[in-house]
Amino acid sequence: MTDILEVARQQVLHDGTGLTEAQALECLELPDDRLDDLLQLAHEVRMRWCGPEVEVEGIVSVKTGGCPEDCHFCSQSGLFASPVRAAWLDIPSLVKAAVETAATGATEFCIVAAVRGPDARLMAQMREGVAAIKEAVDIQVAASLGMLTQEQVDELADMGIHRYNHNLETAKSYFPNVVTTHTWEERWETLRMVGAAGMEVCCGGIVGMGETNAQRAEFAAQLAVLEPDEVPLNFLNPRPGTPFGDLPVLAATEALKIVATFRLALPRTILRFAGGREITLGDLAARGVEGGINAVIVGNYLTTLGRPATEDLAMLSDLKMPIKALSQTL
Amino acid sequence: MIAVYCGRCGEPRESGHPACDRAMELEPPRYCPACRRRMVVQIVPTGWHARCSEHGELTG
Repeated sequence: MTDILEVARQQVLHDGTGLTEAQALECLELPDDRLDDLLQLAHEVRMRWCGPEVEVEGIVSVKTGGCPEDCHFCSQSGLFASPVRAAWLDIPSLVKAAVETAATGATEFCIVAAVRGPDARLMAQMREGVAAIKEAVDIQVAASLGMLTQEQVDELADMGIHRYNHNLETAKSYFPNVVTTHTWEERWETLRMVGAAGMEVCCGGIVGMGETNAQRAEFAAQLAVLEPDEVPLNFLNPRPGTPFGDLPVLAATEALKIVATFRLALPRTILRFAGGREITLGDLAARGVEGGINAVIVGNYLTTLGRPATEDLAMLSDLKMPIKALSQTL
Repeated sequence: MIAVYCGRCGEPRESGHPACDRAMELEPPRYCPACRRRMVVQIVPTGWHARCSEHGELTG
C-alpha cells in the first residue's frame, strides 16, 4: 500500500489538489511518530501555495451574550447557565479597538455579534461603526453576525465588509449533536449568498467537541466543496455552564494532526489559528505555524483571553514569517 | 477591593480555587470579588473591563 504522505506530496504539493475525505482520514490516523513528517509536508504545501506571509487579525464582540441559539460550546447562549452577561459595545469603543488592533500590525478586524442573525438595530450599529472605523484607520473590516437574509448580505457588502465569517462548526453528520436550534444547511445557505455577493467567505469550526476522526475528515471535505477564502480553526475551550463544559481538552498531538490535515485538504486557503490554541497547544503553537497555519488571531477572543499580540508577533519574527501587509489584501 | 469571592465561579474564596486561578490566566472575572454579582464584561483585543453595579469597574 502506498504511503499517504507520498501520495499527498505528489497530489497536494506538486499538483495543488487537496486531499479527499478518505485521504484526510488516513492522515488524521497516522501514528504519532509520523507527526513530524505530516507537519513538514503541510508546511511545504502552505509555502508552495500560499507563501510565507501570515495574516494577522483582531476580533471584537459588538454584542455579547443573550443569544437565542443553543450552540453547545458557547458561553454566550442565553439558554445555558453561563456567567456571561449581555453587553453592547458602543461605537467609540469599537473604533478604539480597531485602532489598537491596527497598531499591532493586524490587517483584519472582525466585528462579531452573538445573535441568530442581525436585527435592524444591529445593522444600524454596523453601518455607523464600519463607517467610523474606515474614517479612523486603515484596516480591512470583516463581520460575523450569524445567519443573513439576501437583503442583509447586500447591505453588508455595501458597507464595505470585505469578508464574512459564518462557521459551519463541524461535519454535517455531527452538527445535530452541537446545535439544535438551526441546521447546518441554514448556515450553508448564508455562506452561499455571501460568496455570490462578492464578499470573501470565512468558514471554519471547532474541533474537540466529541467528533470522530472520520467526522473531522468529512468536515474538511465539506469545507473543500465550499472553497472558503479563510478557514478559522478553533479548539474547544470547555466553558463553564455549557453542555460541552466538561469535555476534555484535545491532546496537542491530535490538534497538530488536524491542523496539518486541514492544510493538505485545503492547500490554498487562509488557515487561521483561532480560539482555544493556548490551552490546547501551549508552547507548541509554533509547530502549528510550521505545520500549515498561515494566519492568527492576535490578542483576546470574544469571551476568553489570548496571548498578548507582542508574543505572537515575536513568534512569527523568530520563525522568519512576515506579517501580510495591508496592501496585499486590498 | 478585598476578594471575598472567586471571580470565575462566584463561590467564597476561603475554600481555595487553584483550578479557577489557573483558568483565569486566560479569562476575565465574571463575578464581582466583593459581592459575587455577575459583572458585565467587555473584552477587546488588547484588554478587558468588568463592571459591577455595586462596586464599579475592574480592568485588565
